[in-house]
Amino acid sequence: MIAILKYNAGNVQSVENAIQRLGYKTIVTDDVAILKSADKVIFPGVGEASSAMEYLVERGLDQVIKELKKPVLGICLGMQLMCAFSEEGNTKGIGVFSNVVRKFPPLEIVPHMGWNDFKLLEGDSIFEGIAEADNFYYVHSYYATLNTCTIAVNDYILPFSAALQKDNFYAVQFHPEKSGKIGELLLKNFLEL
Amino acid sequence: MLKNRIIACMDIQDGEVVKGVNFVDIQRAGDPISLAQRYANEGIDELVFLDITATVENRKTLISLVTEIASQINIPFTVGGGISTQEQAVDLVRAGADKVSVNSAAIKRPELIREIAELLGSQCAVVAIDTKYEDDEWWVYSAGGRIKTSLKTIDWVKQVEQLGAGEILLTSMNNDGTKDGFALDITAEVTDIVNIPVIASGGAGNINHFVEVFSQTKATGALAASIFHYGEVNVSQLKQDLINNNICVR
Repeated sequence: MIAILKYNAGNVQSVENAIQRLGYKTIVTDDVAILKSADKVIFPGVGEASSAMEYLVERGLDQVIKELKKPVLGICLGMQLMCAFSEEGNTKGIGVFSNVVRKFPPLEIVPHMGWNDFKLLEGDSIFEGIAEADNFYYVHSYYATLNTCTIAVNDYILPFSAALQKDNFYAVQFHPEKSGKIGELLLKNFLEL
Repeated sequence: MLKNRIIACMDIQDGEVVKGVNFVDIQRAGDPISLAQRYANEGIDELVFLDITATVENRKTLISLVTEIASQINIPFTVGGGISTQEQAVDLVRAGADKVSVNSAAIKRPELIREIAELLGSQCAVVAIDTKYEDDEWWVYSAGGRIKTSLKTIDWVKQVEQLGAGEILLTSMNNDGTKDGFALDITAEVTDIVNIPVIASGGAGNINHFVEVFSQTKATGALAASIFHYGEVNVSQLKQDLINNNICVR
């Protein structure tokens, strides 16, 4: 069973659809017992950081996520909330990763919206079969800075973390559920971990 | 590098894809799901669905269509047509739309843009603008191009950006349906003054028109409908020709 974290952010439906298309059973939940017993947990999200974080803290879900031992995949806002701090509403994050989330300086069009490639720093298994020239779909105005957990880098306005990984925690800034066949492959790689 | 986007638009009426010429003369073009699937396979970067009837009784049909599209399509899509409240936007996003596009209702009540952006994020808030060149000025039209407003396009785009719009879908009514090419002048003018993504729309008739709009304006997306529906322009050929012209696409 793949648990998809239910909270006050959009786009849960698209993530669930993508995982179901790969033949997995899903449950959208904020039930702590289910989150702990699931094979994998997906932390999706499109929305605003501080109100989403508030929702998680009120329900103690921030601690629950941090203590999960199963593979966890954060997507977009999910990824940003797994960092230590976000400039969006100046909120503390869950702190799985120690980097911070900042707003893009308006040197080019913001949001960074559309398909973009990446540079792989470490050949992690979630990128197996995916080339650096392959494109994922991004849409975001805030970015996670680079740090030792960065496994893939994208350069738009400045270099930022396209993907992070630490122990059982994985996170991507792009939307694999909206990235066609390449996105499907990344999700499949994660689900097969 | 960020890629320029090729976007296919489907005007939806009673659950079917239709296409008008110069905003009238509706023709049928097929089933939205199978068309959307074909486009996703051919390499279209995004889809836009516009409910051109947009009546209250059609809302439920639209929501179920969006649910169906989201369950089958793995590329981003925008839904628009008659959205006048934050709640309607939320319902569409919950059903699986990635973005919602507002037009006439935002002209009537611009705060709608801010409300959607605050609740769903700017990236969800697309403002569609129908513009027409008349008496030496580009004017904003509402109600699907039926009513001329007193807004100048240049002023309106600045305002929608300030209100938190995440993207502008700019359709030139003079060019729409003509297949004579995009309105390069107003598209360039708009992309020069806003710092959010702009999709050029209206007038695409051949591959060269896409080359023109990406090389002569800062539009990051170009939208077309009938030329894709009727196979007059092949998407993979279009992408290849753009690459040959040094325009960055997926």
